[in-house]
Amino acid sequence: MSEFRTELKQVRGLGSAHEGTHHWWMQRITAVALVPLSIWFVFFLEAIRGVDYLAVRYAIGQPMTAALMLAYVCAVLHHAYLGVQVVIEDYVHERVAEVGLLIATRLLFVLAALTATVSILRLVFLAADPQ
Amino acid sequence: MATHPRPLSPHLQIYKPQLTTVLSILHRVTGVALCAAALGLVWGLLSLALGRDEFEHFRACANSLPGKLLTAIFVFCLVYHLLNGIRHLGWDTGWGLDLKRAYATGWLLVALAPALTALSLWWIW
Ligand code: HEM
Repeated sequence: MSEFRTELKQVRGLGSAHEGTHHWWMQRITAVALVPLSIWFVFFLEAIRGVDYLAVRYAIGQPMTAALMLAYVCAVLHHAYLGVQVVIEDYVHERVAEVGLLIATRLLFVLAALTATVSILRLVFLAADPQ
Repeated sequence: MATHPRPLSPHLQIYKPQLTTVLSILHRVTGVALCAAALGLVWGLLSLALGRDEFEHFRACANSLPGKLLTAIFVFCLVYHLLNGIRHLGWDTGWGLDLKRAYATGWLLVALAPALTALSLWWIW
């Protein structure tokens, strides 16, 4: 490969997006987190199959389960946003549409993460004080 | 015109599909599909927090025929993307980029993804 390299093989400063390797790095960190968390999630789905509403609610309301579920949704949504961002940047060539889509997906994923967080916390509090 | 003899990206319309290229585009397709799955997960959690009726409605949707079909697709996407994601992480460390290993892990993925998908579905349904 080295014969193909030009003197620009090393990027200057933080590169054209001015963020260095941050995006790439966060995509890898969330990917590493998602491996065990996804496996745990499938095990969790098996554990709650056919289980009654209150029992599911109570199960997710347990501190450790709630923490893992929070970690899972946040890691998934962060990783997913970083991923679609690249897909949009690759395929949407009209600048206004591109920036509009980037903003819209970002807001959607942040709202989804907040919704999931509030919901899980609600299950935690309901499980601590079952009425 | 390029002044350096550097490689070009493959021209998709005339480039013969190969195992590696097909698996690569599938990573992207499954990644985008999983975004929808993630929003489905948030919907499920929200329905749990809203109350019994909302949760039973969510469960009925998930257990309907279209719901089961979508679940099966999402589980395949997760299994495929997770396994191929591990390949990606290997490449990031410099491991497995040579043709021999890229094909060996690729065929392993082709064998494992459907098998693990079937196993997971049999398990969670
Ligand atoms: C579970 C939910 C997941 C969602 C919603 C998701 C979504 C995505 C999306 C949309 C992309 C962008 C695809 C592209 O640029 O072509 C992506 C890339 C990636 N994903 Fe995931 N993913 C998930 C799980 C995982 C897991 C479990 C791994 C495990 C290793 C993983 C590893 C990766 C890697 C390494 C990339 C970067 C690929 C590249 O550089 O082209 N992902 N993901």
